[in-house]
Amino acid sequence: MPKDHGIGASSKRREDLRFLTGRGRYTDDINLMGQAYVHFLRSDMAHGKINGIDTSEAEKMPGVIRIFTGKDFEGVGGLPCGWQVTDRHGNPMQEPPHPILAQGKVRHVGDPICAVVAESAAQARSAAEAIMLDIEELPAVIDMKAAVQDGAPKVHDELDSNLCYDWGFVEENKDAVNKAFEEAAHVTTLELVNQRLAPNAMEPRVAVGDYAPGTDESTLYTTSQNPHVIRLLMGAFVLGIPEHKLRVVAPDVGGGFGSKIFHYAEEAFCTFAAKAIQRPVKWTASRSEAFISDAQGRDHVTKIELALDADNNFTALRTETYANMGAYLSTFAPSVPTWLHGTLMAGNYKTPLIYVNVKAVFTNTVPVDAYRGAGRPEATFQLERVIDKAARELGVDPVELRRQNFVTEFPYATPVAVEYDTGDYHATMDKLLEMIDRDGFEARAAESKARGKLRGLGINSYIEACGIAPSALVGQLGARAGLYESATVRVNATGGLVVMTGSHSHGQGHETSFAQVVADMIGIDEGMVEIVHGDTANTPMGMGTYGSRSLAVGGSAMVRATEKIIAKAKKIAAHLMEAAEGDIELKDGEFTVAGTDKSVAWGDVTLAAYVPHNYPLEELEPGLEETAFYDPNNFTYPAGAYACEVEVDPDTGKVEILSFAAADDFGNIVNPMIVDGQVHGGLAQGIGQALLENCAYDEDGQLLSASYMDYAMPRADDVPFYAVDHSCQTPCTHNPLGVKGCGEAGAIGSPPAVVNAVVDALHRGGHSHVMHIDMPLTPHRVWQAMHQA
Amino acid sequence: MTQVTMTVNGKTVSGDVEGRTLLAEFLREGLKMTGTHIGCDTSQCGACVVHMNGEAVKSCSVLALDAEGAEVKTIEGMANPDGSLSTIQQAFQDHHGLQCGFCTPGMVMSAAALLKDNPKPTEREIREYLEGNICRCTGYHNIVKAIMAASGQDVGAIAAE
Repeated sequence: MPKDHGIGASSKRREDLRFLTGRGRYTDDINLMGQAYVHFLRSDMAHGKINGIDTSEAEKMPGVIRIFTGKDFEGVGGLPCGWQVTDRHGNPMQEPPHPILAQGKVRHVGDPICAVVAESAAQARSAAEAIMLDIEELPAVIDMKAAVQDGAPKVHDELDSNLCYDWGFVEENKDAVNKAFEEAAHVTTLELVNQRLAPNAMEPRVAVGDYAPGTDESTLYTTSQNPHVIRLLMGAFVLGIPEHKLRVVAPDVGGGFGSKIFHYAEEAFCTFAAKAIQRPVKWTASRSEAFISDAQGRDHVTKIELALDADNNFTALRTETYANMGAYLSTFAPSVPTWLHGTLMAGNYKTPLIYVNVKAVFTNTVPVDAYRGAGRPEATFQLERVIDKAARELGVDPVELRRQNFVTEFPYATPVAVEYDTGDYHATMDKLLEMIDRDGFEARAAESKARGKLRGLGINSYIEACGIAPSALVGQLGARAGLYESATVRVNATGGLVVMTGSHSHGQGHETSFAQVVADMIGIDEGMVEIVHGDTANTPMGMGTYGSRSLAVGGSAMVRATEKIIAKAKKIAAHLMEAAEGDIELKDGEFTVAGTDKSVAWGDVTLAAYVPHNYPLEELEPGLEETAFYDPNNFTYPAGAYACEVEVDPDTGKVEILSFAAADDFGNIVNPMIVDGQVHGGLAQGIGQALLENCAYDEDGQLLSASYMDYAMPRADDVPFYAVDHSCQTPCTHNPLGVKGCGEAGAIGSPPAVVNAVVDALHRGGHSHVMHIDMPLTPHRVWQAMHQA
Repeated sequence: MTQVTMTVNGKTVSGDVEGRTLLAEFLREGLKMTGTHIGCDTSQCGACVVHMNGEAVKSCSVLALDAEGAEVKTIEGMANPDGSLSTIQQAFQDHHGLQCGFCTPGMVMSAAALLKDNPKPTEREIREYLEGNICRCTGYHNIVKAIMAASGQDVGAIAAE
């Protein structure tokens, strides 16, 4: 029987009531008394030298309050980078400054040059058109490999080159890996592109800065996945405001997928300008602006080689990747192609030797940073594509080749520095095959063929590392932050609870699922627990929501804080019932004394805590409020097996997804309905990457796909109903809930399944020369692949 | 500035707008009815769908002045008179047809318009009708399922919710 409440129940989401009735409170819904509006004049060229900015005419335009340029920010810090990668030779990465408004040069289309603050958004926009810019266009570098050639134009004149870092992992393994390749019975090589994507949360970014001169306090309302991180970065590194004078509020957040982790120039600008003009300043991005100012994702070009012995055991893996950083280092950009990518190259397999080389490159494009999966989709795609190609070259079943090389004993220390705590990759593969009726595929393919279509089946495994992350470990790896999470549980006198968490929901339903956990632990109704998040003024310092970490890390903090509450409540109950503390049991919201019929209700104890008339005051403080900070001692490792069945129209190259199945192991599950929804959304983003989406730059650095007219977002008729299953559960061994995280899996595991399926379909159609097609698999690309010589 | 008067969710409202003011902007900024969302600037995403004289329209592609005298219905007017969720809204909650909630107002308004014209749409008809509504969170699975359920169809056979 499915549970109807608490941990394991598909509790309906409480936040839906406001979202379904138009009563959500997103950042753009906030309007402050006397607010002004800012419009950013952005570079329309990819690379240029600023010779002059004449704002005199614009300043005379109606409603203009003040126009800011880079000069106004000369004494202000630039946007900081939160992760320093050390290169193969032990040197720190090249880390250029990232000004709030351009200083001297513009480096990508969308780089902000001027900020016009006016009485209305329309007036600010109109005035921006009257600014006279004298910008000398410089040659731009867009292609990563061209950017690191001698003589390439430099994105940052003060750097030695456009190479941010050349990273080797594990450098000490390099010779042994090369030797294994020399001794291999078979080597499969694949060159591929993991194309650049725009995250495209449906809510564009918004920032509202406010300043209270009476108390010298600044407040920023912003579309953020992690308000505390923004407060620390902006306060300490950009504007020099101590945390106690700075409040950051992220109310309801309309999707993020990584793009709302980072600290952006517009946030710092609005906070700065509100103080400068002594009025609130609001910025709302248009979608067109989002395409050229939100950090983008992926953008790797990779050569991967897999070595196998005569029995088809994987013996070594070697990769060389170029990773695009864009024009500046976004907050966590350097970590994505390195520690979130290289550490996952073992996949689900016991490959003993691995060497990963990553060259991170500056180009005149929008900065790139974490986007749903962040490094792990890139790792999974390479690995699962090269294994499929190897199976094809060797004439063996791709599922059997995977199974033969699966890690089966846990804990398992990979050769790329992580230790998988639990997993059962055969179990998820078994479940997947049961879901997809693989035996019936040939008959289905014959039926497609009779209709003139080519049917293909693609299967792959995946693993990811999430529950990010052990602070001491990431500190060694270059993180300039800890990655614990926090929770304060405040019990009110009449028994209701408020849980203040450093995690923040941007669609994940924490208000529901977090309440399920706490209510379950105490045995009370979920409605008695309220979740508070998104405001630095009323939540403990926390690192926010990304990397599928909220339940695994934030939930663990909440469990620890609730355990402290229960421990104290038991002391109070023991006093009230004149019993020994060790004999007190808590069940269904009632405290009992073991072996007796004595009991006190939850509400009696909470009332006693705040009205301590009959209370052990000499031993115990009144009140019932506890805080816990939880720092995980390992990542978590969700894993699974995915399958996609496609039909290709050989006349047009159009791919139709007929079915998609996902068998995931997320460990324990708190709310199955929400978990399914997370997988669905991830699958659509993965299918979008595989078939539709692409940030296409021309050679001058213009983003050609900069609106929904050109950037092919997955629509309802591009995707099927998905079959998802998470009944295979190997609980995480090192967090109290045994949970692994589910937010990114769908986007990580699905692109290779789609591409494997299309390649399979083409082979079945006689196009046996097609070993790979780069994403997105548009009809044009598929048709070209079929017809290339 | 020109005065415009219309009926929104049964109430007569009026305000001063510029010629370029969009209906979506008038609702959000003029009337402070922030349930209607703006997710793009090319009339593609559908977060701003409202009903105008009974038809679904993207309120970012209608000038406020063109709505003079019109009957407009927004997400704020979709609940039952007693405040409880309407059938479509309830189906979205029951089947987890929303996550971040940003596209949701447009999805609900489009779904209502679809079901008015086509009370028992097939899966394919729903997917094609929602071409103009983009959701980035749900992968559409539970939105399609919710709309089928709201139309009284049995969705028990559709994989996991």
